[in-house]
Amino acid sequence: MSTVTLTAKGTHELYLEAYNVTPDAFAGKTADEIAGLECHEGNRKGKLGEYFDIDGNGGETAADTQIIVKGNCKKIKRIGQQMTAGEIIVESDCDMYTAGWMKGGKVTVKGNVDSFCGIGMAGGEFIVEGNAQNYLGSAYRGDWRGMTGGLIHVKGNAGNDVATFMRGGKIIIDGDAFLHVCTHGEGGTVVIKGNVESRVGGQMVKGDIYVYGQIKYMMPGFKYVDDVEAEAVEGEKLTFAHYIGDLGERHSKRKGEIIYGNIYLKK
Amino acid sequence: MSDYIIKNGFVFDPLTGIKGDKKDIGIKDGKIVEASEVKGGKTIDASGKTVMAGGVDIHTHCVGPKVNVGRLMRPEDKLFRSRTKVGNTRVEMGFSVPSTFATGYAYARMGYSFLNEAAMPPLHAPHVHEEIRDTPIVDIAAMPVMGNNWFQLEYLKNRELENNAAYTAWLLNATKGFGIKCVNPGGTEAWGWGMNCTTIHDPVPYFDITPAEIVKGQMETNELLGLPHCLHVHPNNLGNPGNYTTTLDTLKLAEGIKPNNKFGRDVVLHNTHLQFHSYDGTTWADFESGSKKVMDYVNAHDNISFDVGFVTLDETTTMTADGPFEFHLNRLNNLKWANTDVELETAAGIVPYVYDKNIKVCDIQWAIGLELALLAKDHMRCHLTTDHPNAGPFTRYPRVIKWLMSKKARDDLLHSFKWSEKVIAATQLESMDRELSLYEIAQMTRAGPAKCMGISNMYGSLKEGTNANIAIYDINPEKMPKDPELIEKAFSETAYTFKDGVMVVENGVVIATTPKYTVWTDVKVKENAIVERDIHEKFAKYYSVGLENYKVFDEHMHNPRAIEVDATN
Ligand SMILES: [Zn+2]
Repeated sequence: MSTVTLTAKGTHELYLEAYNVTPDAFAGKTADEIAGLECHEGNRKGKLGEYFDIDGNGGETAADTQIIVKGNCKKIKRIGQQMTAGEIIVESDCDMYTAGWMKGGKVTVKGNVDSFCGIGMAGGEFIVEGNAQNYLGSAYRGDWRGMTGGLIHVKGNAGNDVATFMRGGKIIIDGDAFLHVCTHGEGGTVVIKGNVESRVGGQMVKGDIYVYGQIKYMMPGFKYVDDVEAEAVEGEKLTFAHYIGDLGERHSKRKGEIIYGNIYLKK
Repeated sequence: MSDYIIKNGFVFDPLTGIKGDKKDIGIKDGKIVEASEVKGGKTIDASGKTVMAGGVDIHTHCVGPKVNVGRLMRPEDKLFRSRTKVGNTRVEMGFSVPSTFATGYAYARMGYSFLNEAAMPPLHAPHVHEEIRDTPIVDIAAMPVMGNNWFQLEYLKNRELENNAAYTAWLLNATKGFGIKCVNPGGTEAWGWGMNCTTIHDPVPYFDITPAEIVKGQMETNELLGLPHCLHVHPNNLGNPGNYTTTLDTLKLAEGIKPNNKFGRDVVLHNTHLQFHSYDGTTWADFESGSKKVMDYVNAHDNISFDVGFVTLDETTTMTADGPFEFHLNRLNNLKWANTDVELETAAGIVPYVYDKNIKVCDIQWAIGLELALLAKDHMRCHLTTDHPNAGPFTRYPRVIKWLMSKKARDDLLHSFKWSEKVIAATQLESMDRELSLYEIAQMTRAGPAKCMGISNMYGSLKEGTNANIAIYDINPEKMPKDPELIEKAFSETAYTFKDGVMVVENGVVIATTPKYTVWTDVKVKENAIVERDIHEKFAKYYSVGLENYKVFDEHMHNPRAIEVDATN
């Protein structure tokens, strides 16, 4: 594993679009070559070397490339976008689209992330030590194919619209979420260990939502069916009240059984 | 403006009968001339290359409100699929519903110079014309949709052909339209009652007219006026298993009707996207190709033409004035759906659709399109389209050409399907050895459509005196590439495209734009007080806009190029 260390110089006035900060783009490149990779500051095309001090060379492949990003990244977007392998560790906050459309590998952000992070994720692991803003693990605007695989773990809270159009994979939020969880869900699992305000599972046709705290306002399209024991997170076997829905939506059948979206509320 | 001599290319020009001969082509003052007439022009070395007239697309949904709603409702269509600007071009966005700039540039890169927008809702004609202006390089005509228009339903019910002709002429003028488009005749109006017309004999609610009467009456109206293009029909019952019978019933309506025009057009009925209308079987489970039954009829009747509407196996956006069909599609795939009713005229629906190669039905649709083109005996009457974007984006034309020209290319794909055995059993494509020639491709993509639309004196030919719209492809007919991918590549990006004598594409890159034109049909008819009264009455009673605000204003028209028709006698 080769490690490339980027240190943000803080020279960007506008938001920096760092879509090439990925193990895939860095693999097989020297520090100098990495400095020549493209990025955008607003609509101005620039090079990574203008905005970061770069130390170390990429590995032979993405899988054996690790990237450590230091300095203030609060206004840096798209780190880890579309990466397929390898690892990124960001030691500060990050802006929008971090780990967007990620297919594999691992991204860890030690601070908070902004909105649209982990959007359209298909595989890999995305860990946020702080909080996430809105649209965590959601679908791109207009798309009906949201997160399809991988794991997102936010250790703090998340905002609105978590997991919109989710179809697979898992999202774990240790804290609270606010409005809209798994809207239009069609698969996958969301675990919220804190509380949720409302609109959980709206227009959901498949998939599982576990809430350990309270849902302040339950959607009217869900109905209680039974109590079940389940292990939403490995090693945490708990008893939940099981609701099915969204009853106002179409529902497919498998082997004669109607498939619903499920909400499990901890007893 | 520079003059040019295009030297030593292999020229394919069906309208003058040139079949791959080496011939020099001259360009002078934006027109095609005898090469010897060009003195001191620039020389383009086309040796080892194929030279054709600029492409002509007879049926594409490239501009207007429906296309724009598609763009609005599908932001994901642009995701990771946009080209940043190069030189003095604009940003290009989108795949199945590309931006106006992307549309113009992509057509130019493929060597096209003329597009026929296939469905202009008359009420929204100003929007269509504004987008025509914003679509660079290519000249565009637009057909107002009339198959469910209240005026026409009433005139044709009462067999008032002269009145219908006068109204049609008025509508072409009001919308600056090109010809008569008929979509799901009567069925879209029936949709207003929650119904449809799935055979040509289903009566339209309230109006009590049948699709057969509408289609026949519109064909007669078209020939009474002597319009450049024939009636352009999207028949009833689109996209349903077993619908080939409805198609044959529709085509038979043309029997005995003779073309009447001064534009060199030989056909009286154009069936668009025939692929969607050539389905056999009774359900999606026993769905199979009906291409042979349809083509046996088409081959034997020379007063009809068709475009294919090839399925390209892409994720795309369907959009049609066939409102009930889009509703039906939405119930099948549960994706987004937009629907609108256009007052007294038409309707429209839009639904994204994924033609997945792992789904048997999609693969059979793909095969049916290719079968139609491979069974055709006369490619002047068989035109290449994807009903863009309904069966696939127009940017896939080069891929379709590859499948038509290479058995290997289509067989490789056919055998890669998850359900290939079932697809092979439901179609005849695997048994077909035919590979189309460059001459036949030129017939399908320029000469045939231009002749069918009555514009072959301006487009689709390399005749001296026509506009210098020329495509030069990097493909050598004497050394056709073994690798079919090279065919697709050559037709995707021309070596050179000339539009009105200006080099707009060089080595696949758009290097210039040039003034582009709006083509429409200006028909003079005798004064008709009845029709004038009817128009005033309907506008006063029913329309949400005033008559004076309805017509396309002159400032909406971009570089008009009118085709004059005198129908006063
Ligand atoms: Zn169409």
